[in-house]
Amino acid sequence: MEKDTVIRIKGLLKQFPIGGQFFTALKNVDLDLNEGEFTGLVGPSGSGKTTLLNIIGGLDSPTEGQVSVLGQALNDTSHAERARLRRKHMGFIFQSYNLLPVYTVFENVELPLILNKVDKNERRSMVAQAVESVGLRDKMDSRPNMLSGGECQRTAIARAIVHQPALVLADEPTANLDAENSHHIMKILSNLNKELSTSFIFATHDEKIMAYLRRIIHLGDGEITKDEIIDNPKAHD
Amino acid sequence: MIKFLAKGLFRDRSRSLFPVLVITLTVTLVIFSIGFMQGTMNSLLLDTAVILTGHEKVVTRAYSEESQLMPNDLALMDVDQLIEDLEQEYPDFFWTPRITFAGLLDVPDQNGETKAQGPVIAFGIDLFSSESRQVEIWELERLLVSGNLPGNNNDALISSKMADQLNIGIGENVTFIGSTMDNAFTTYNFKVSGTFNLRKGQTDKQMMLVDLSGARLALDMDNAASAIFGFTHSLYYDDETAVALRTKYNRINSDSLDIFSPFMLALRDGNQMGTMVDVSDAMMAIMGGIFLVIVMIVLWNMGLMNGLRRYGEIGLRLAMGESKGQVYRSMISEAIIIGLAGTVVGTGIGIGLTYYVQENGIDYTKGIEALSNSSMVMPNIFYAQVTPDLFYIGFLPGVLATVLGTMLAGLAIYRREMSQLFKELET
Ligand SMILES: Nc1ncnc2c1ncn2[C@@H]1O[C@H](COP(=O)(O)OP(=O)(O)OP(=O)(O)O)[C@@H](O)[C@H]1O
Ligand SMILES: [Mg+2]
Repeated sequence: MEKDTVIRIKGLLKQFPIGGQFFTALKNVDLDLNEGEFTGLVGPSGSGKTTLLNIIGGLDSPTEGQVSVLGQALNDTSHAERARLRRKHMGFIFQSYNLLPVYTVFENVELPLILNKVDKNERRSMVAQAVESVGLRDKMDSRPNMLSGGECQRTAIARAIVHQPALVLADEPTANLDAENSHHIMKILSNLNKELSTSFIFATHDEKIMAYLRRIIHLGDGEITKDEIIDNPKAHD
Repeated sequence: MIKFLAKGLFRDRSRSLFPVLVITLTVTLVIFSIGFMQGTMNSLLLDTAVILTGHEKVVTRAYSEESQLMPNDLALMDVDQLIEDLEQEYPDFFWTPRITFAGLLDVPDQNGETKAQGPVIAFGIDLFSSESRQVEIWELERLLVSGNLPGNNNDALISSKMADQLNIGIGENVTFIGSTMDNAFTTYNFKVSGTFNLRKGQTDKQMMLVDLSGARLALDMDNAASAIFGFTHSLYYDDETAVALRTKYNRINSDSLDIFSPFMLALRDGNQMGTMVDVSDAMMAIMGGIFLVIVMIVLWNMGLMNGLRRYGEIGLRLAMGESKGQVYRSMISEAIIIGLAGTVVGTGIGIGLTYYVQENGIDYTKGIEALSNSSMVMPNIFYAQVTPDLFYIGFLPGVLATVLGTMLAGLAIYRREMSQLFKELET
């Protein structure tokens, strides 16, 4: 595997059992992603974007085919090894934020570091830096229910990047946000992508996101229909 | 991580305070209800025990054969020594002599002519010894309708029903006519110091209570007694212990060839009392069991619901790379902590409450008198009873059921694809 290949997928098939039958959500998927990419999985609803993202994240397992992420073949790894891979090297951003309501912004962002057993002082400065980078320094002690949607998603972004993962997976991160907030979020993400060497993969059908992407992988009916490299994304900061 | 979780637990009252309160309340309820049922059953048994059987009763073998006849010619002799031995051997019980005798009660007028006459059943009870608890367990002060408790050998309490029937007033003399333990004819004068009402229907229609010493004088029964009654210090009848003790005593002390050798009977050995004990035990077991099952289902369900509500958090923690085992264990530990907290507090309150009612009782005297025309046989005061099982019974619903519920909810962590947990988290 090349040094800078982050994800390599060969002959992926994913089927879900429905009743006595199988529903094929993904088929014939071959895909390589390199370090530092800012890529989107784009396609109509039901085309398999979330499923593919879940498989890459090790949250779901492939029916057939090879999937290796950050040099680890997911087919051969144990649950614990996949958990470790996520803990150390991946971040997740969800459409509905998924912040823990009883914790403050600071504590929500701190969670991945606690799981990685980072010591307390270092945690403090890493959280501060992550929260700063999404512009929420003055909301550090707020609980999620006191934040706007955009602020919640920015908190979720800080949580996804605080441990400096190699890969961030974002499923429709702007679907619940208005245009202004969507652009704000995408700017933050594309800046982070430039500063850190983190790769980002989005699942989206939001045009606003697409304007920032440097690679667009089109999915239709579970198959890759088109793989576009965009040298000059429309949205420039 | 533990600190992080503890913080969350404390802040989220629906996860901590609320379930602890529910568990506390439920456990309190369970313990008090069971304690109250046990106490009530015991009150029923105690009524009979005090009047007729004791928790244990020592008589001669011959007396036990013919006890309906109250055959005082077959009474126990050398009672002081017998009691001393019993107290030494079986200190878990207190032992007291009893003379039960029957005859005629004659009420004379000023001239000594018979004014009224009627049959009487009399109990010679140890009212005067300083260590005797008879006044207490008969609850004589409460039962007294008029007059005073006996102060002398020849003072007697008669039931208010008999007083009405024979038209006897306080301070009047009555003559007992019967036979001594040597089957000689005897008359003995008692002075009525007061009247009482057992409030148990017709039980006391012909009843007279005198001190043991008076009965001994009347029947010529020096250092003799019809029976020696034994009661547990707590007044709680435990059938198993009582039966074991009676069996042991008879093996050691009773000689089947000697009709005058002492013979012990447990409460259950009395007329139909065995059935009553068994029925009350079975009722306790069934009612307690059903109640416990219901409560366990409720708390099991609460554990389950609390677990289900947290699929979102669980999914998130798994996505962030916490291992399944760790998430599962932390859920279970949390349930154990919550369950223990609620159970310990609930057990404390439940036992406190039960103990209070054990010591003070809930007095229904007024209500029962109002609702019955004295034909109902019911205890007038309901007592609860603290028994050892109350100390652990609460852990069944409080900890076991809650934890089982949580375990079931948590199994989803293993059984489902993580992406499924996310679906639930997103809705
Ligand atoms: N657990 C499952 N069981 C059965 N079918 C599933 C399951 N998960 C997904 N599918 C099916 O697989 C297909 C792809 O689903 P997926 O969620 O990946 O779509 P998507 O491209 O993310 O759609 P959207 O844009 O609406 O989020 C859908 O038809 C869906 O019904
Ligand atoms: Mg989707």
